[in-house]
Amino acid sequence: MPNNDSQYLLDFEKPLVELEQKLDEMRTLDANNLSIDLSEEIAALESRVKELERSIYQNLTRWQRVQIARHPLRPYTQDFIDALTEDFVELHGDRAYGDDRAIVGGFASFKGAQHGYADQTVLVLGHQKGRDTKERKFRRFGMPNPEGYRKALRLMKLAAKFNKPVITLLDTPGAFPGLEAEQRGQAEAIARNLFEMAQLPVPIVVVVIGEGASGGALGIGVGDRMLMLENAWYSVISPESCSSILWRSWDYKEEAARALKLTAPDLVEVGVVDEIVPEPTGGAHRDPEQLFTTTGQAIAQVLHDLQALSVPDLLDARLRNLDQMGIFDEAPANPSVAAPTS
Amino acid sequence: MSWFKRKKKGILTELSEQNDMPEGQWVKCPGCSAILNRRELEENFLVCPKCGHHFNLSSQRYFNLLFDEEAYERHDEHLTSRDPLHFEDRKPYTQRLEAARKKTSRNEAVQSATGTINGLPLSVAVMDFSFIGGSMGSVVGEILARSVKRAYTEDRALMIISQSGGARMMEGALSLMQMAKTSAHLTRLADKGLPYLSYMCNPTTGGVTASFAMLGDINMAEPDALIGFAGPRVIRETIGQDLPEGFQKSEFLLEHGFLDLIVDRRNLQEEVGRLLGLLMA
Ligand SMILES: [Zn+2]
Repeated sequence: MPNNDSQYLLDFEKPLVELEQKLDEMRTLDANNLSIDLSEEIAALESRVKELERSIYQNLTRWQRVQIARHPLRPYTQDFIDALTEDFVELHGDRAYGDDRAIVGGFASFKGAQHGYADQTVLVLGHQKGRDTKERKFRRFGMPNPEGYRKALRLMKLAAKFNKPVITLLDTPGAFPGLEAEQRGQAEAIARNLFEMAQLPVPIVVVVIGEGASGGALGIGVGDRMLMLENAWYSVISPESCSSILWRSWDYKEEAARALKLTAPDLVEVGVVDEIVPEPTGGAHRDPEQLFTTTGQAIAQVLHDLQALSVPDLLDARLRNLDQMGIFDEAPANPSVAAPTS
Repeated sequence: MSWFKRKKKGILTELSEQNDMPEGQWVKCPGCSAILNRRELEENFLVCPKCGHHFNLSSQRYFNLLFDEEAYERHDEHLTSRDPLHFEDRKPYTQRLEAARKKTSRNEAVQSATGTINGLPLSVAVMDFSFIGGSMGSVVGEILARSVKRAYTEDRALMIISQSGGARMMEGALSLMQMAKTSAHLTRLADKGLPYLSYMCNPTTGGVTASFAMLGDINMAEPDALIGFAGPRVIRETIGQDLPEGFQKSEFLLEHGFLDLIVDRRNLQEEVGRLLGLLMA
């Protein structure tokens, strides 16, 4: 169900959506008018739509993917929870300072049976963005404060206590760079989560559903398997901030997106991402139902695989996997010993 | 005190007095503007005798300062960065690496060593801000991870001295994952009940603060160091107003509960020795 609301159109989507509108009009005309047969024209237009779709979406630049990942109609964490689970009970607060609405989380029944596995209780959590101006502000644009990371940790420890697997959904432009966030230990909160997630004794599946920027994403992003939606992006910094630091100007975001190699295929190539979840042609927002089915299937399969492992094996594999992150050169070792100088 | 001079000629030839200080016999202190005699300053561990300003200290000097009889074994000097993303901004990453290696005579932005302090076994890693802002890419993450591994496989205490602008942009998500990699290894050190001392120097920000630097059993910092996640400029732009005096400084972090101790470099050896003596006895 492509949404044709023109205020949400990306530049490169426009010609396609215009053509689709024309097709819709013609179909309406055809249906309402029995004396004219437009079926040939409709078929021709349909094939032109398909062709245009292909030419646009097979050659997306990295920056265009970033735009799709930020599309205002793209499904957010709560949409995934609604579609993939039942009986979701949202849990609130870090028990120390407050409740951060930029991260939502709780227990729910994951609908595994739809995909050939059993339904099961999971702890699901993720960054939450807002749909309208008011909610965007309420959710702080999906940029957590330390309380968000500490709430996430509290919930993950609950999951471990009740032996339930964890699904985390990443969708953030970064941790919130505010004065109070620093005062309350943004760095410590993220660091603590990396440490604790590395040894949480239940399976953790991480899915990058939209934007994954920096420690703000990683703070709930350490796990056993990393899935990434086809048009999501994930990197150490956003293209805009990278442009501002390295090019000393905000104008090089497209170049920065290209340089950062932040797309799902890029990240599979360097071993950061395990599996790409395909999106409907044109992006998740053009057919969310199809996306939810594919994503649910991928998660169900991964949970099934991980739950076959004993806890020590699971944790050893998690460490081994993290230990392998990185690409560098190693010359033959040549240790030098400093003797006391006389 | 005699500073460590490398005996073997490797890829990196002899270490000169490195870029942690301006050249010349006289040095102006950025803290109090006093004109200081270089030799006296060096005898004072590069701390201004007038105001206590801490000049940058190279890894070699930290090793000499910490290890018994200035004896230690260096590791990981044979690891070098590749350019896995073929990254290019205004300059190719390969050129930045070349320039940094030439400027610092070091292979990367962190150096590692093992030795003893008061007879107790210790694994140390020291970051170096003059190498691409002390930023963490694949090699820095790997050297840190190996330093942690050396600690938990050889029953050593661990000390990491941080000084970094954060994760290195030029290796993209690979740099980000070094945060998880280093933190994950720290869980194994904790399992073995071995102490980890983190010492944060000016500046320690971004993904370094938000991973191993904040995970010390004991979090320490040098006085007046800038320590935070987001940089001050970014925060100023976000909130649209000036930041309070002393914001994100060591003293601020101590007051807000994120540091155990602020340790003057002149007391570092003694303080680390005392702590490890208490914990490892
Ligand atoms: Zn001074």
